[in-house]
Amino acid sequence: MKQFLTFVKKEFLHVLRDKKTLFILFGMPIVQILIFGFALTNEVKNSNIVVVDYAKDIASQEIISKIDASRYFEITKSLAGSATLEAAFKTGEIKMAIVFPEGFNNQLLHENKAQIQVIADASDPNTATTLTNYVSSIINDYQAQLNETNPVPYQIKPEVKMLYNPQLKGAPNFVPGVMALILMLVCVMMTAISIVKEKEMGTMEILLVSPFKPIMIILSKAVPYLLLSMVNVITILLLSVFVLDLPIAGSILLLFAESTLFIITCLTLGIFISIKTDSMQTAMLISLLGMLLPTLLFSGFMFPIENMPLPLQWFSNIVPSKWYYIIVKNVMIKGLGFSYVWKETLILFGITIFLLIISLRSFKIRLA
Amino acid sequence: MSKKVISCKGLTKRFGDFTAVDSITFDVDKGEIFGFLGANGAGKTTAMRMLCGLSNPTSGEATIAGFDVYKETEKIKKSIGYMSQKFSLYDDLTVQENITFFAGIYGLSDKAIKENSAALLKQLGMEDQANKRVGSLPLGWKQKLAFSTAIIHKPEIVFLDEPTGGVDPVTRRQFWDLIYEASGNGITIFVTTHYMDEAEYCNRVSIMVDGRVEALDTPTNLKKQFGLATMDEVFYHLAREAKRGE
Amino acid sequence: MESVVVKNITKTYGKEKKIAVDDVSFSVNKGELFGLIGPDGAGKTSIFRVLTTLLLADRGSASIDGLDVVTDFKSIRNTIGYMPGRFSLYQDLTVEENLSFFATLFGTTIQENYDLIKDIYIQIEPFKTRRAGKLSGGMKQKLALCCALIHKPNVLFLDEPTTGVDPVSRKEFWEMLKKLKEQDITIIVSTPYMDEANLCDRIALIQEGKILSIDSPKNIIDNYPDVLFAIKADKMYPLLQALSVYPKRLASYAFGEFAHFSFQGKPNQPDLLQFLENKGIKNIEIKEAAVTIEDSFIKLLS
Repeated sequence: MKQFLTFVKKEFLHVLRDKKTLFILFGMPIVQILIFGFALTNEVKNSNIVVVDYAKDIASQEIISKIDASRYFEITKSLAGSATLEAAFKTGEIKMAIVFPEGFNNQLLHENKAQIQVIADASDPNTATTLTNYVSSIINDYQAQLNETNPVPYQIKPEVKMLYNPQLKGAPNFVPGVMALILMLVCVMMTAISIVKEKEMGTMEILLVSPFKPIMIILSKAVPYLLLSMVNVITILLLSVFVLDLPIAGSILLLFAESTLFIITCLTLGIFISIKTDSMQTAMLISLLGMLLPTLLFSGFMFPIENMPLPLQWFSNIVPSKWYYIIVKNVMIKGLGFSYVWKETLILFGITIFLLIISLRSFKIRLA
Repeated sequence: MSKKVISCKGLTKRFGDFTAVDSITFDVDKGEIFGFLGANGAGKTTAMRMLCGLSNPTSGEATIAGFDVYKETEKIKKSIGYMSQKFSLYDDLTVQENITFFAGIYGLSDKAIKENSAALLKQLGMEDQANKRVGSLPLGWKQKLAFSTAIIHKPEIVFLDEPTGGVDPVTRRQFWDLIYEASGNGITIFVTTHYMDEAEYCNRVSIMVDGRVEALDTPTNLKKQFGLATMDEVFYHLAREAKRGE
Repeated sequence: MESVVVKNITKTYGKEKKIAVDDVSFSVNKGELFGLIGPDGAGKTSIFRVLTTLLLADRGSASIDGLDVVTDFKSIRNTIGYMPGRFSLYQDLTVEENLSFFATLFGTTIQENYDLIKDIYIQIEPFKTRRAGKLSGGMKQKLALCCALIHKPNVLFLDEPTTGVDPVSRKEFWEMLKKLKEQDITIIVSTPYMDEANLCDRIALIQEGKILSIDSPKNIIDNYPDVLFAIKADKMYPLLQALSVYPKRLASYAFGEFAHFSFQGKPNQPDLLQFLENKGIKNIEIKEAAVTIEDSFIKLLS
């Protein structure tokens, strides 16, 4: 046990004495969160929108005046038909259009249910989401006002249509993405490099010749990075809560448990790479191309998986960060409990066990 | 006395307060095999860099092949060859590709490259190996090839940085035969090494300690001067007084 | 008593079965300083790795203090010390941190075996807070030796400990080895430098995976079959060329400032002198030479 602790201490010394590693470890999450966060906190003000009012009744007028009063919107004109609408979107003149169908008020009064069409230019997903959210809340407001005096609740349903980018992939989901990315980077690459470095330096020979169990060498390499990764998770969460005002909707405990599972997955991957390679350069390349790139491409963080060709969709299933990304999104953003993420957790767990088994099997107690 | 190919007088290099090379003075004749010895940190590398025109001296003067080390470094680079044990040839290129490359960077014409490399391969008996990757050759062959490549442009001087480590005694002699031959053809050989038995092969030897040249003579005379049996003992006698390096 | 026994070890690498060690057998007695002498690529490191349980041999067996290198590898790892060829310490840890790390790794402390390393450690102790990467070559080597010794091994394996180290440090290193021998530690050391052979009790000359000769350096020299002459002239290259065409030449090669030469049949110095003078060689000096290990090695290779 004392040997193990000494080893872990030594690993910490390596990390703390290497300024570059330290920077990657602690600078990266901060820089990434701030870069992505800057995009998110860009507030949308005075956007040009168009109202197409086929109803021209009391309800539509009231909603329009509410929207007009909001500082977020600038109603530039009222158009008559939808043909001109498309042209206006294409030129980028307008960011959003609100269409009231004919007989809006009638429908609302008689059927207690009416629809408003909200069309947004989603080529800039941040703005589009923000704007539609604002409109929805204004409509909700109006709806609540009506319902105060009415026994049978009215329901106005905004039918949101995102133009150009229906998946709306983008900013609100970046925190889970960055977490997956950073953990991948720290755990896979750094673990792999730190083990391969011993091989390159020749110290691995001495370690193997010592009575210290070879498998313990690997384990004690993993422990410091597990702890450091936890620090990273905490840093990212603190930043997102306090700097980005993005609260953690679900259970923090669950989030940490899932993160730990993912960290272990990554560590196993890093160890596997280090067993299979002999030079730091190769380890770095494999980690970057084989791990980071798939995280960016196939986790759903940057590009919607549903739009990919089927073989790529299948491939995305073996990318661990995809599952972690889904879990964090569900727990942290949507506030869902374990019953909603147990499937993903199980898959991640399975991948980890699989990696662990092949790592242990390919691990050699000798040099070759 | 024959023509002086290297000539330095009071050559000094300082880095801040630290005097790496402290006023060294010596001459090397044409065709001479000159051993440049010193412990790690004695200033060998710094001195050699100045002589190759890679680093400007702080003070003193030196001419290499008649060119001034301050002003004519480009001309110096054209008249010298260089081989080091650490790097000399590209392992992933073939023998022929290496020769063509190095001959090419010294500005040899295509015709000259063709003729010289054919002659070189013939001299080394490596015609059959011309299309093999250098990485697959035994160390001894690599060293011989590296040396021949370093003199393919027929330089006045060739600098050898610890050239013959780690080969068997027979291969090593084949390497020295090449050096003797080049020297016989008038090429000056400037060898740095800290293996003293290698030093015994040189015509004259200088020993650097703490940035200064402490001794300079033929190996026989040096042994006589200090009353010691081998160059190893001579070196030990001089270098153990060194203050630097630790 | 035999401490290390190697029987018919063969080791090949890769798909082409490139032979690195070819049916090598030798044994080393307890407390002996044994040298494996040969050039790079002769198979020295492979032999070391088989003996230190890092590699499995294709054929043959080896044991250390009666323990088999394959089946008893765990026990062997407790009892041997190993200094690999490359500088294998942690550059970013200090001298003291390196030493105490290796001590703990072997389940001991610096204090416990301080006597053993004291003479060596004292020399680097003034720099104990310095990072290992900032040490000079000679000091790195001393630290590496301390780290290999810290658990008081029975057998010490030193793979090319003096490669790339200057002559002063080299000399000091061999003196340290002599002292360690007195502590009854078996030492197996490899080196490509022939002149270090004389400092060993017994040596094995090795080339291309095969052992050419095993004996004490003195016996190897005494068994040199020919009379060897050292010849000097004002110019080496013409001398070597002339010698190579002398009709009764057995061998001739450069040896430092001299050329070493042996005759086919009975030595005839006056005839040789005459021959060289006729070839225009000047200031010729011919004397009988003292045979060295290097001469023996050359003879064995021819």
